[in-house]
Amino acid sequence: MTDTQAREWFEIARNEARAHGVQDVEVYLAAEESSLTRFANNGIHQNVSEESRSISIRVAIGQRTARATTNRFANIREATKSAIALARASEPDANLLPLYEPAAVLPVARWDEATAGYSPQARAEAVREAIGCVAAAGQVAAGIFETSRSTAILANSNGVFARHDETGSTFSITATASDSSGWAKASAVAAGDLDPVRLARSAAEKAARSAKPRRMEPGKYRVLLEPAAVLDFVGQIFGDCTATAIEEERSFLTGRMDQQLFGKNITIYDDVRHPLQDGAPFDGEGVPRQTLTLFADGVPGEMPYGRAAARRAGRTPTGHGLSLPSEGGESVSNIVIAGGAESREALLAKLGTGILVTRLWYIREVDPFRKVMTGMTRDGTFLVEDGQIVCGLHNFRFNESVMEVLQRVEAMSAPERASGEEAFDMVVPAMLVNDFSFNEVTLF
Amino acid sequence: MQQIVLRALELATQRGVQYADVRLVESRSQDLSTRNGRVSQVADTESAGMGIRLLIDGGWGFSATDDLTPAGIEKAIHKARAIAKASTLALGSAVRLAPEPVHQASWESPCRVDPLSISVSQKLAHLLAVDEALRTHTAVTLTETSFHTTRTRQWFANSEGSVISQTRTMTGAGCACHVFQDGDLQKRSYPNSFGGQYQLKGWELVEELDMLAHAPRLAEEAAALHAADVCPTGEFTLILDSSQLGLQIHESIGHPIELDRVLGSEANYAGMSFLTLDQLRNLRYGSPLVHVVSDATEAHGPGLGTFAFDDEGVAAQRTDIIREGLFTGYLTSRETAGAVGEGRSNGCLRAANWDRLPLIRMTNTSLEPGTSSLEELFDVPHAIYMETNKSWSIDDKRYNFQFGCEVAWEIRYGKRVRMLKNPVYSGISTQFWNACEAIGNRDSWTLWGVPNCGKGQPEQVMGTGHGASPSRFGRIAVGSL
Repeated sequence: MTDTQAREWFEIARNEARAHGVQDVEVYLAAEESSLTRFANNGIHQNVSEESRSISIRVAIGQRTARATTNRFANIREATKSAIALARASEPDANLLPLYEPAAVLPVARWDEATAGYSPQARAEAVREAIGCVAAAGQVAAGIFETSRSTAILANSNGVFARHDETGSTFSITATASDSSGWAKASAVAAGDLDPVRLARSAAEKAARSAKPRRMEPGKYRVLLEPAAVLDFVGQIFGDCTATAIEEERSFLTGRMDQQLFGKNITIYDDVRHPLQDGAPFDGEGVPRQTLTLFADGVPGEMPYGRAAARRAGRTPTGHGLSLPSEGGESVSNIVIAGGAESREALLAKLGTGILVTRLWYIREVDPFRKVMTGMTRDGTFLVEDGQIVCGLHNFRFNESVMEVLQRVEAMSAPERASGEEAFDMVVPAMLVNDFSFNEVTLF
Repeated sequence: MQQIVLRALELATQRGVQYADVRLVESRSQDLSTRNGRVSQVADTESAGMGIRLLIDGGWGFSATDDLTPAGIEKAIHKARAIAKASTLALGSAVRLAPEPVHQASWESPCRVDPLSISVSQKLAHLLAVDEALRTHTAVTLTETSFHTTRTRQWFANSEGSVISQTRTMTGAGCACHVFQDGDLQKRSYPNSFGGQYQLKGWELVEELDMLAHAPRLAEEAAALHAADVCPTGEFTLILDSSQLGLQIHESIGHPIELDRVLGSEANYAGMSFLTLDQLRNLRYGSPLVHVVSDATEAHGPGLGTFAFDDEGVAAQRTDIIREGLFTGYLTSRETAGAVGEGRSNGCLRAANWDRLPLIRMTNTSLEPGTSSLEELFDVPHAIYMETNKSWSIDDKRYNFQFGCEVAWEIRYGKRVRMLKNPVYSGISTQFWNACEAIGNRDSWTLWGVPNCGKGQPEQVMGTGHGASPSRFGRIAVGSL
């Protein structure tokens, strides 16, 4: 999607709106091509590619606003009329602000030409090699290799025109043995930064080392959470870390700002400009995204404000607002946990006797204010004694408060880009945590 | 549209293709919501696109595009062929598709009142009235209401001669209120949490739900939960309302019976299943009272898993999953049916949209009604009754689960003696279903819609249906968190 095309489509929407007496128009254009090679039982069984574009048109009429979205570009005028009809039928919103004015958005480099043109053959060859590593260990491989490219453009009738292009790639693999399994996953802007063979070997090693798993009684254990486990667990709190969530008293931060909620060793940023991050440097209204220190030394700090929430609070918007109309207000999506400097080996040694957790699964909130989450361990849960992996363990169910866990972090590795299945990708460390509460054990 | 599909199929089936199918999907949806008395969402979305699935030399390729011009379709077919050929670089087991009769048919789900024919003003006025009724209790700190509808038209054709068109209208609505007080956040939802109830119906569903009548009770209960005792911990007789039991069915029966999970296709993401092939017709899944079916036919009701044909052209069917407690059937596709000795798929291959490959998905996985009246169900010396899901989690082979509910009551001899907050229960799937003591009769049976079932890579979010009556289970681990 070129800028010229985008401007032409925007003009079609704006002219149609003007013809109906509506001056304020915002257009969000998205284009994506995503391809994914999926394998199981040591063979490719699903292999897909999707190409799509869409235009989403928002109009504002006085204090009323509404949105219509279509992927039929011949229907831009119809979609504009739909948005106008919806807005006129809606109720006035006292919080609605005029469309955003142009502001300088510093672009971020998130494009890799080789990834944008990655072929199905290249993915299949990488998959074949990774399968070979697992099969050579007498195990069964399943996983994905995904590559994508996308463009997002936001334009409005006040002159905002913001563009973001990025590529992405993900490789993940599960190695399954007769009574055990191991998993590894990585993502990057450039597919060339992934190492499928290394990931396959890591998964196979975890499956081999967790063979003949023992059953340990539930209880409180010292644990080493690998980065994927950290991101999926800690990732559950960030929906609460917004100005609107706090204002609506649905956040665990309600009434707790300025309190020492986590340990003093926990500092968390939202930083779209971090070199291992991805995503656009502007928000749903075109506001440039700022870097925020969400938690400084364990104390809540800078919260994201959309434009409406910022006006209500007398603050400056931070560039984290959602597209309007919005139910949620704001979101963060570029989490960086500062971490420490320990190597993985040093953390295992520090763990001494405890449990090493590769990943967590099916995490759901049990108590929204204490931030208690339940979930399971999966694909590589190990007993560690004297800093050495002894054997695999049956998987545990946990019920743990994220807040309380972040008060009990004893040591951390340097942060790295991690990818899980329960939260968006983040830059996080491994964490050594005391007294992690496992309350049940499953049958494998 | 049918002509576009047939032309695409003709192009796709040239030059050595073993099998091909083409689906063109056109959809229009509307989302409206309110929050604390103000409109928070007003949006229409339309989408159209085509998915092309090819089998060449034993390798699958799927390509999807929203460019429905001849050039766009040709490009997508070319890409599907290239992908299928790449798949042959690492082939797994040989693909054999179970035979299916050729169908040429058209079907439309019943819809009494077209939800898009009701004005947006009228719909918003209804939601705002419900929102206001939720805020009549002074303790309420946040209210939410929502309405959603999608009309999907699909044209399907495959290289064996089937040509099928289907139109489905889905509607959903719900409301909820939160009360934050003294460092505790409690919530009540109606008719279900996470968006309410969803069915293949029109605006008549919203009228049937009568949210306005239920809103004041919700607010009172959310406020009362703050003063309620926490749910006791121990083994108790447990009674579940039908919406929570619907989710229990979804997680501890519906997912384990997906044959692709059993065979390892989802090992890297959604997981596998404890229902290994040797369990079929051998495993005592539940007590003799437990009869579960997978039923996509219109006769089963307006569930989110109701259709006339699945997304590879297999006619909707009713399959026994558990009969008198015995495990008797999986959810299958044409590619997997042979693995369990079946000569025909039972019609469970479904795609979330035109841009997704169809996968084995639940249709309507339902617990058949029992014989107990509600009075008989509750007529026990002591039990805990839980209502409305709050949290759900289950391991990746579907053994160990834990569910939380919004509210519970202690029951003594049929009477609710006290409200309880933060209730949870947990167990192992087969042990739980074998503890089933009584199932409510047809009068209390509801076909619930789960609109947000995730599976597959890239992920697909699908609607499934689950019929259930309130039911009673003996000696279940209960507690509070």
